[in-house]
Amino acid sequence: MTIYFTKDHEWIRVEGDTGTVGITAYAAGQLGDVVYVELPETGAKFSKGDDFAVVESVKAASDVYAPVSGSVVEVNGALADAPETVNAAAEGDAWFVRVKLADRAELSGLMDQAAYEAFCEGL
Amino acid sequence: MRYLPLTPEDRANMLAVIGAKSAEDFYTDVPAAARLKTKIAGLPDHQGELAVERYMIKLAARNRSASSGPFFVGAGAYKHHVPASVDMILQRSEFLTTYTPYQPEIAQGTLQTLFEFQTQVAALTAMDVANASMYDGSTACAEAAVMAARVTKRKKIILSGGLHPHYAAATRLLCEAQGLTVVQLPIAIDGEGALAEAADGETACVIGQSPNVFGTVTDLSDVAKSAHDKGALLVSVFTEAVSLGLVTPPGEMGADITAGEGQSIGNGLNFGGPYVGLFACKDKLVRQMPGRLCGETVDADGNRGFVLTLSTREQHIRRDKATSNICTNSGLCALAFTSHMTLLGGKGLKQLAELNHEAACELADALGAMKGVEILTPRFFNEFAFRTPVDAEAVLAMLDEAGVVGGVRASRLFPDGHMGDVIIAAATECTTADDIAAYVTALKEII
Amino acid sequence: MSMNTQGRPTAPAAISTPTIETVSGSRGLLQHEDLLFEIGTSETTGVDLPKPKGLKSRLGGVTRKVDTGLPGLSEPQAVRHYMRLSQKNYAIDLGLFPLGSCTMKHNPRLNEKMARLPGFADIHPLQPQATVQGALQLIDELATWLKTLTGMPSVAMSPKAGAHGELCGMLAIRQALIARGESETRKRVLVPESAHGTNPATAVQCGFIVDEIKANKRGRVDMDDLKSKLVRTDDIAGIMLTNPNTCGLFETDIKAIADLIHAAGGYFYCDGANFNAIVGRVRPGDLGVDAMHINLHKTFSTPHGGGGPGSGPTVFSEALAPFAPVPFVVKDEDGFYRLVEQTEGAAKDSFGRMVAFHGQMGMFVRALTYMLSHGADGLKQVAEDAVLNANYIQARLKHVMTPAFEGFCMHEALFSDAFTADGIETIDIAKALIDEGYHPMTMYFPLVVHGAMLIEPTETESKAELDRFCDALESIARRAAQGDDTLRGAPYLAPAKRLDETRAARKPVLKWTAPSSERVAAE
Repeated sequence: MTIYFTKDHEWIRVEGDTGTVGITAYAAGQLGDVVYVELPETGAKFSKGDDFAVVESVKAASDVYAPVSGSVVEVNGALADAPETVNAAAEGDAWFVRVKLADRAELSGLMDQAAYEAFCEGL
Repeated sequence: MRYLPLTPEDRANMLAVIGAKSAEDFYTDVPAAARLKTKIAGLPDHQGELAVERYMIKLAARNRSASSGPFFVGAGAYKHHVPASVDMILQRSEFLTTYTPYQPEIAQGTLQTLFEFQTQVAALTAMDVANASMYDGSTACAEAAVMAARVTKRKKIILSGGLHPHYAAATRLLCEAQGLTVVQLPIAIDGEGALAEAADGETACVIGQSPNVFGTVTDLSDVAKSAHDKGALLVSVFTEAVSLGLVTPPGEMGADITAGEGQSIGNGLNFGGPYVGLFACKDKLVRQMPGRLCGETVDADGNRGFVLTLSTREQHIRRDKATSNICTNSGLCALAFTSHMTLLGGKGLKQLAELNHEAACELADALGAMKGVEILTPRFFNEFAFRTPVDAEAVLAMLDEAGVVGGVRASRLFPDGHMGDVIIAAATECTTADDIAAYVTALKEII
Repeated sequence: MSMNTQGRPTAPAAISTPTIETVSGSRGLLQHEDLLFEIGTSETTGVDLPKPKGLKSRLGGVTRKVDTGLPGLSEPQAVRHYMRLSQKNYAIDLGLFPLGSCTMKHNPRLNEKMARLPGFADIHPLQPQATVQGALQLIDELATWLKTLTGMPSVAMSPKAGAHGELCGMLAIRQALIARGESETRKRVLVPESAHGTNPATAVQCGFIVDEIKANKRGRVDMDDLKSKLVRTDDIAGIMLTNPNTCGLFETDIKAIADLIHAAGGYFYCDGANFNAIVGRVRPGDLGVDAMHINLHKTFSTPHGGGGPGSGPTVFSEALAPFAPVPFVVKDEDGFYRLVEQTEGAAKDSFGRMVAFHGQMGMFVRALTYMLSHGADGLKQVAEDAVLNANYIQARLKHVMTPAFEGFCMHEALFSDAFTADGIETIDIAKALIDEGYHPMTMYFPLVVHGAMLIEPTETESKAELDRFCDALESIARRAAQGDDTLRGAPYLAPAKRLDETRAARKPVLKWTAPSSERVAAE
C-alpha cells in the first residue's frame, strides 16, 4: 500500500489496481470549514486531471482533479451527511472515491509523502 | 441641489486635504477627447420638487388606471386590492433603503422576512423548498428550464400550448443561448394535457401552466407521471398566485420545479414591473437552484438567526460555473408578498380565491348568455377566453369608448394564432356586479 | 412650608450597570420577535373580505387537496411584526452605507411619491395602448435621457436588473455574431480577473467561454496579457469590462482596448455598475463601447429594497442596436407612442423577448423623477461629489490603512489588509464598523487585492458625516494594526452577534417546520 500526492493537493492510496482518493489535510485547512462535497456516481469514468468532484466551504468552491485515470467503484456516501469529516480526517475517513486504475504508470508522475510536505512548505 | 450636501467651502477644504486643485484632477485617466468640459447638452437643468411633481402628475394623468372603471385585463398580471398596511411596511426606511442582507448582524429584519417568505411560498405551492425570489414569473420560468437541463443532463425542453407566450419567449431565448432545443406544442386553450404524450428519453423537462394563459386549470398529475417515466422533470408554471388558495398546487401534481408570478399578492400592476418571481423545487434539487436562499442558524450567543446560505451556487462565488447569473432578487416585492400573505393567512387566501372564482363565474355567465358569445375555456379560476362575433380589437376599442377595459385580445399575445375573435378576460375580488353589468351593456351595443 | 410627601428621585442614582437578562428577550427598544409561524394561527386573518356566495365551481375538480395551513395575523399584530423586524436592519436613512460598487446613495422620497401615482402604479401592461400614452411617453423620455447621458444611439428598457442587462448585452452580441455567421466560431469572451462575478456567469449563460485577463500593478487591465489573448482573433466574441473598474479606477487604456477588440472582430461590453462616477462628465459612447447596462438603483437612486427590485436598461452602439430586444417604444408621426412587441418590421433583427411585459416601470418613474430633479447640471455635480467624497476618504485614511493602488481613485477607495497585525482580518475591521454604527464596507472584493476593503461613500454624504465615519474607521484601523484581539468578536452592539454560516450551509434549514410534538398533535 502506497500513498501518492498531487500538486493540486489530492492524495491517492493504492492497493493493487484500486486507489482511494481524497484531498490533503493541508488543502482542507486552507479551504476552511467544509460544508459540502459533491461526488461523482459509481461507474463514472475520468482521465487524469479531469475535475471529478467539488468541495465547498461557505465562501468558496474548489474543483477536485483526478490524480490518475480510472473508473469509480465506490463513493464515500458518509460525506453527504458529515462534510466536516473533511476537516477532521482529510486523509483518513474523508476519502472521496475508490477508483479502478486505468494505467498504473501514471502513478510515477506523483509525489510521495516527503516530496509533498516539502512542496507545501515552499508554498 | 437639494440632494447634494457638500457646500462650496466643503469642496474647497476637501480638495486641500486631498491635495488636488479641482475635480478635474480626478479625471485625468479619461482620454482627453472624452472628457466633457461642460454639462451634457440637450437636457434640462435641475428643477425643484414642485416643478417635477407637476410634470409627473401630468404624465400620469394621460393613463387610465385600473381602479377608475370596469377593468377586466389579466393574462399574467392581475388587479387585486392591496391592504394599506402593506405599503406602509414597504415604505419603512429600514426595509426600503437597505441592501442585500450580506451582513446578517444588522440585517435580521430582512433575513427573517425572507425566511418567512420562503416558508410561505413552499406551503402555497406544496413544494419542499423555495428561494428568496426571482425577477418575475417569466424569468423564473426560463431559469427553471435551464435548471432542469442541468439536473437531467439533457437538452430538450417542451413547452405547452397554454404557456404564456412571454414566458415561452423568455424561456426559448435563454435555452437556445445555452444550446438547448425548445419544442413548442401547438397553441391550445385546453393544451396542457398534450404534454403527457410529449416527453421522450431526451427530454429534460415539460413545462405546463395552470391556470394557463387562457385561464384553463389543469391537473398535471398525469403529465408528471409520464415525464417521470421518461426521466424528465415537470416544471409547473402559474401567473396568478391567488389561484393557489383554491386550485391544485404544483406540489400536489408531482411537479419537480415550479415557477410563478407573485404580483397578485401584495404588489400593484405597475405597468408590468417590478414584480416578484416565485421559485420552488423538490429538496433533492436545491443545490441546482438559481437565486438567493435564506437559512436558519445561530449566532455566537446561541440565539436563532438567519443568513444567506448555499451561496456557492451563485455568481459572486462560483463565477463562470454558477447556476445562474442572477444577482439581485426582488426583495421589496417579496416583502409586499409576504406581508400581504401574513395579513391574509391561509384562511384569508382561500376566501380571496373563492371570491375571485365567483366573480369570474358571474362574468362568464353574463357574457356567455349573450348571443354570439362563446366561452372557450372549459375549466377556469378567475380568467377565461371567449369568442366574439366581431373582431376582438374592434370590440375592445369600442368597449374602451364606453369606459370598459374589456380584456386582452388573444391576437396581441399570439399574432399568428388565428385568434382574431378571441378575448381573454379576468375578474377578481375588485370586480363588482355593476362592473359586470356595464360590460354586458356595452358589449350588447357592439355585437 | 406646606408639607409634600410625593417626592421621588429625579436624578439618576449612582448604580453601576448590571448584566441584564430580560424575561421577554427584548432589550429595551429592541423588541424580540418570533417567527410569524410561532405567533399566528391558521384561523386568524387581518383582512375583512365578503363571504363567498357558494356558487357552483367551474374549476372542474382541479382543486387544492391540502390547505396551506399558513398562519395569519390581525392588522395590529402584522404591523408590529414587521416594525419590530425593521428595527434589526441597518439602512441608508440611518447612516453612511459605504458598500463599494453598490452605490448606496440617498433615495429621494419624491421618487416614491411619484411612483405611487395611480396613473403609473395602477395601470396594466396589456391594457390598450391608447389608455397608457403617459406611461409610454415616460419610458420614451427616460430612454432619451439614458441615450443622451451615455452618448449611445439605442437603449433596451426591459432588463429587470443589472445582471439581466448584462444578459441583454451579451445576447445582442450573440445575435450579431449569428447574423455574421460566426456564432459557432466566435465563442471566447475576455473578462478581467477583477470583474464582478456576474460577468463570467453571464457570458457562460449565453453559451460563451470565459478567458480571464490579468490586472497590472496599477489595478488596470494588463495590456500585455490582453494582447497575448488576442494573438488568435478568429474565436473572439468580445470583452466584458467594468469601467470605472471594480478597483475604483478608470481604465486608462480604454480606447486602445476598444480598438484592439474591434480589430479582432469582437464587441465591447461595458459593465456600467460604476456609471455613478462619470455620469454627466464622460459618455461611454465616446470610448468605443458597444453595449452597457445601467443600474437604475445605483446611479439613479431607486431604492435597493433589501435586495431588489433592480432595473438594468442597456444601451447599444449602432453596431448592436438592430439586435436589441423587444419590446420598445416608438413615437409615430402623429405623436402616438406605440409599443413594438413582435420581432418583425423595425424589430426584424431583434434577438427576441427577455421578459414578460415592458420592464421595471416602477423604477423608471423613480429614475426619471431623480433625473428631472438633478438636471444636466446636477448630474455632473453628482459625479464630481461622488469622486471627491471617495478621494477624501482615501486621503484621510491612507496614513493608517494601505491604499491598494497609488494615485487618485474614482468613486470608491480601495484598501488592502497589509496594515493589519497577524490574526486580524478584513472581516474583523468590517464587523467593528457595525459597533461604530456603520454598515461594513465591501470586503474581499475585488479578488485581485488581498483582504480588499472597498469604500464608496456616494455624493449624498455631507463632510461632517464623512469625518465622523473616517474618525471611526481610523480608530478601528489603528486597533487592527496593533493586533487588538477584541476586534475578532465584533460586533458586540448589534442586534445579533456573528452568525454561524458553516452550520447554515452544512445542514440547511430553508423554511420553518412545526416542532415535532406540534406535528404529532395535529395528525
